[in-house]
Amino acid sequence: MVSAPDLLVQTVWEGLVSGVLYALIALGFVLIFKASGVFNFAQGIMVVFAALTLVGLHEKGVPAFLAVILTLGVMFLLAFTIERVVLRPLVNQPDIILFMATFGITYFLIGFGEAVFGGNPKQMITSELYLPKGAIDAKILGGFVSFQKIDIAAAIIASIMIAALAVFFQYTRIGRALRAVADSHKAALSVGISLNQIWVIVWFTAGIVALITGIMWGARSDVSFALEIVALKALPVLILGGFTSIPGAIVGGLIIGIGEKLGEFYWGPLIGGGIESWLAYFIALGFLLFRPQGLFGDKIIERI
Amino acid sequence: MFYREAGQYKSTYAADMAVFPLRQDRIGIAVILAIAFIGIPMIGNDFFIATVMIPFLVFSLAAIGLNILTGYTGLISLGTAAFMGVGAYACYKLTTLFPGVNIIVLILVSGLFSAAIGVLFGLPSLRIKGFYLAVATLAAQFFLQWAFVRVPWLFNYNASGAIEVPLRSLFGIPVTGASASAETRYFVCLGLVVVLTWFASNLVHGRLGRSWMAVRDMDIAAELMGIKLLNAKLLAFAVSSFYAGVAGAMMIFLWYGGGEAADVFNIRLSFNILFMVIIGGLGSLIGSFFGAAFIASLPTILKFGLPALGVPLSGAAAEHVTFMLVGALIIIFLIVEPHGLARLWQITKQKLRTWPFPY
Repeated sequence: MVSAPDLLVQTVWEGLVSGVLYALIALGFVLIFKASGVFNFAQGIMVVFAALTLVGLHEKGVPAFLAVILTLGVMFLLAFTIERVVLRPLVNQPDIILFMATFGITYFLIGFGEAVFGGNPKQMITSELYLPKGAIDAKILGGFVSFQKIDIAAAIIASIMIAALAVFFQYTRIGRALRAVADSHKAALSVGISLNQIWVIVWFTAGIVALITGIMWGARSDVSFALEIVALKALPVLILGGFTSIPGAIVGGLIIGIGEKLGEFYWGPLIGGGIESWLAYFIALGFLLFRPQGLFGDKIIERI
Repeated sequence: MFYREAGQYKSTYAADMAVFPLRQDRIGIAVILAIAFIGIPMIGNDFFIATVMIPFLVFSLAAIGLNILTGYTGLISLGTAAFMGVGAYACYKLTTLFPGVNIIVLILVSGLFSAAIGVLFGLPSLRIKGFYLAVATLAAQFFLQWAFVRVPWLFNYNASGAIEVPLRSLFGIPVTGASASAETRYFVCLGLVVVLTWFASNLVHGRLGRSWMAVRDMDIAAELMGIKLLNAKLLAFAVSSFYAGVAGAMMIFLWYGGGEAADVFNIRLSFNILFMVIIGGLGSLIGSFFGAAFIASLPTILKFGLPALGVPLSGAAAEHVTFMLVGALIIIFLIVEPHGLARLWQITKQKLRTWPFPY
């Protein structure tokens, strides 16, 4: 199978990078699921929307870094609106209803984003944000392996963000409150934690993660609504890692990313190619049969 | 006043359990069927029948299928379009293999293939539910969509890679293909939808429907009461996919007439059918029709209706507005009326029953 070790390294590296980006999208899901029990289908479109807002603002003549800050403001406004308009009236509803409500958010954001910024693919403002371009060629195992600088930067930024989130959840007051809300809405309310405030914070955090993911994805390919389909790849990642686990999102992302690139590279041509579109789901599906709660997920115990 | 059950006594259990216990309801259904079978073909022109009524019927059938799975059994599915695709491709293969067989029979039989595939992808539902199952059905969506493009056997090794709908006729009248008239196709669609709706109505009112609803409301409790979860869930998948498959076959053979079949059965279509079910009303057959009518007609209304009212709207803007409106409506319906348009219909009937008094 492995006739060219350098090609294997290249494939694994590419899988690793897309795995990191899947993991970032999954991270947004996990944040929201942990803190409110809402399975946020709209995370993928939030990534697209954040990136579009950033590029769109820059096109309108806003300097790059001011555009970043303004986009963060937009994401905060989005979090606030979602809490006010969608989540608050639906509190205490079954999970599946909240899940469907996030479909509504998804469709609204698709329409809104296209109406405001247009549906055409846009170029991410890589150089204005001082993100590196170009590639490093390294001689590994008798061949050249090419590492895109932007991918290395993405991996580093992702690691920093994940570490920051871990610290945020573990050591800050808000982080503790978030974990309390995740354990039990009622108990958290009874000790004086404001549920509404927590929701805004956590959706805003997910918005920040979405913006960073959007910048990184956008820098690799264009910013367009095609990303929406790519974002659906975060779902198998979640299944692998478990819905409530940040390390799970990362490990799951890497497994899916590498597995799918290797599968496409070695077995794809045998059955017609393009198997990347469903391989991730099958990896996750096979996994579900053995461990339904995912690698790091909490075991679901149900009583009548 | 107009709608009152006073004086309508029931003397048998069968009459008491009837689907339409009120005489007015039975008359109403008869009127609706008369309009559908006689009125619309007489009044409507070909454009109206081909671009409004046939899509509406196809979507209604698909929505009934998904409603059986999601509304009645509580298993969420994001792969409806893929199961529709299975029906379409199965029908294509069947009609090229057996050109002499009646096309309507083949459309129904292709639903069985879809049911088989549905059961296969429904197997994980035994161990997983909720969001996990949604992801499992996404696997079906992406895998089957891939297969429609990459497995040349499915489209008979056509150079175009698309389904070419052949001419098939019934009693000498062309039903499918380019020469079939809109009216003929409409009648075939309508007949299939009426029969299958009647069938679904009997299913959900019977023992099987009750067991589905028990599984939906609490599966563990249902299991304790002696309902076999395996059978109930897999049957729900089978019936649901059967309906989706028939709808898919109808979609290609009676509506699109071939073309970009693989592109049609994409995830957007799956979502749209889910929205029809949510907005129409989860767990309601009549809601499936309301939802299908609403979602299917919304883009047309925005595109043609608003400019007619004097509000200028370009095609692209209409599309954006459609997206935003659908998204907003889903949220509004979930918050304000979780039972969807079907519940509004029930409220209207209740009001009519007591009219002109408020109680």
